[in-house]
Amino acid sequence: MNALQIIGQVVLAQLARWGHGALFFLDLLRATPSALRRFGLVVGQIHAIGNRSLVIIVASGLSVGFVLALQMYYALTTYGAAESLGLIVNLALVRELGPVVTALLFAGRAGTSLTAEIGLMKAGEQIAAMELMAIDPKARVLAPRFLGGILSMPLLAALFSTVGILGAYVVAVLLIGIDSGNFWSIQQNGVDVWRDVGNGVVKSAVFGVICTAVALYQGFETEATPEGVAYATTRTVVTASLGVLAMDFILTALMFSTP
Amino acid sequence: MSDSPFIDIDHVTFGYDSRRTILNDISLKFARGKITAVLGGSGCGKTTLLRLIGGVHAPNSGRVVFDGEEINTADKAQLFRLRRRLGMLFQFGALFTDLNVYDNVAFPLREMTELPESLIRHIVLMKLNAVGLRGAAHLKISEVSGGMARRVALARAIALDPELIMYDEPFAGLDLVSMGVAAKLIRTLTDVTGATSLLISHDIPQCMAISDHVVLLATGGRVVAQGTPAELMSSTDPEVRQFVRGEPDGPVKFHYPARSVAEDFGPRMSA
Repeated sequence: MNALQIIGQVVLAQLARWGHGALFFLDLLRATPSALRRFGLVVGQIHAIGNRSLVIIVASGLSVGFVLALQMYYALTTYGAAESLGLIVNLALVRELGPVVTALLFAGRAGTSLTAEIGLMKAGEQIAAMELMAIDPKARVLAPRFLGGILSMPLLAALFSTVGILGAYVVAVLLIGIDSGNFWSIQQNGVDVWRDVGNGVVKSAVFGVICTAVALYQGFETEATPEGVAYATTRTVVTASLGVLAMDFILTALMFSTP
Repeated sequence: MSDSPFIDIDHVTFGYDSRRTILNDISLKFARGKITAVLGGSGCGKTTLLRLIGGVHAPNSGRVVFDGEEINTADKAQLFRLRRRLGMLFQFGALFTDLNVYDNVAFPLREMTELPESLIRHIVLMKLNAVGLRGAAHLKISEVSGGMARRVALARAIALDPELIMYDEPFAGLDLVSMGVAAKLIRTLTDVTGATSLLISHDIPQCMAISDHVVLLATGGRVVAQGTPAELMSSTDPEVRQFVRGEPDGPVKFHYPARSVAEDFGPRMSA
């Protein structure tokens, strides 16, 4: 087999995987309206996916807020612009760090959990049992989780940013001694609800689609063995994280192309 | 009741890939209201046969006919319609581990019907009573034994009173008491409900005791013999005799095809 044939095979296999993933995503979208009609299942998933991610989101948000305030203070003091600290921390969190770091944490915490859950359901023949009961597992199992993930992500990102700003307040105002009124008023003047907060919410919703769809796909298509499930959870973190980072660049370029 | 078979497997050949044929041009008929046991060693295509009947896979050639209607796996609406008429007991139960015993049995009723919860409760308790587990309704799946889990799965499989019940290895891994209970349940359920039962197993004594018709499959997906349990037990065919008596060697070799001993171990070992 020559090099050209090998390259051709690899490219074809990759295209087939992408095509398979795209068809799965379309199936998921088709099944989603049925989940809306049974919103109780979605609420259960918001609790399972969102509520159980609270600890890691709050802890990470607080930590990022602390560190961001310290680093920005050192950098801004050099240029005599320490009073801009609140604005910079806010924009960094609301526009970028909130949605992106939340999505990366979500992929690691909730994404792996979803993949393992669906993968083990497959290994235990629960998915096959549902199909033979004439129940569509994509509508009954996957769609409520998909919606739950999409709705949870903006809420978690908003929480991350809020806690991060409060963390920055603790460091900047209570420890360093920046004026509290200045810390809040510069944010009030410089942050636009639609352009900054709104775009951050849109970003996190898109990241919610990426993380949840990847996690569900990996779980649903996993080889039904312990090794298969372990490999699928790893692929969820890697694929979802890379997808989030790539999409973040595209969305940032589209949303903030003008000053 | 029609005399036509409920399930007709007509010259079916199937393999998961082109390298290995699992079922090779087999034709079988499963009579209405009877228990048919499909016996055979591991890997002879028994479970694959159930999957073809359930429309999980399409045969490479031939056709699978469900109560006069040929199964077309590409027709999702037909598949869902036919699947509403069958119940399946999976080898390890395939119970939903996030639900308790009661909710597992109620699951198909809640998903597939518009019945009020009070009526669902009555049906669930009746089904659990039929398998002797009415008192275990509140237990989590992690709290029930393997034999009990199989009975819960059976209660779930019959929740919608299916016309066809497929049992995949219902006796595997059970102790003698649980095995006897499971066999008696399958016979009683078939007699009481009039459902067509298809039993996949390698447990000869239990299958021979409760089945109306027995099919013996061999590796490579061919039908070795079929008939009543008495006919198979008295068969003089060496392959049938080897299987029903559980002899380790015979027409079916104990050793997987391999190179000669001399080639693998050297001439001194083979001497």
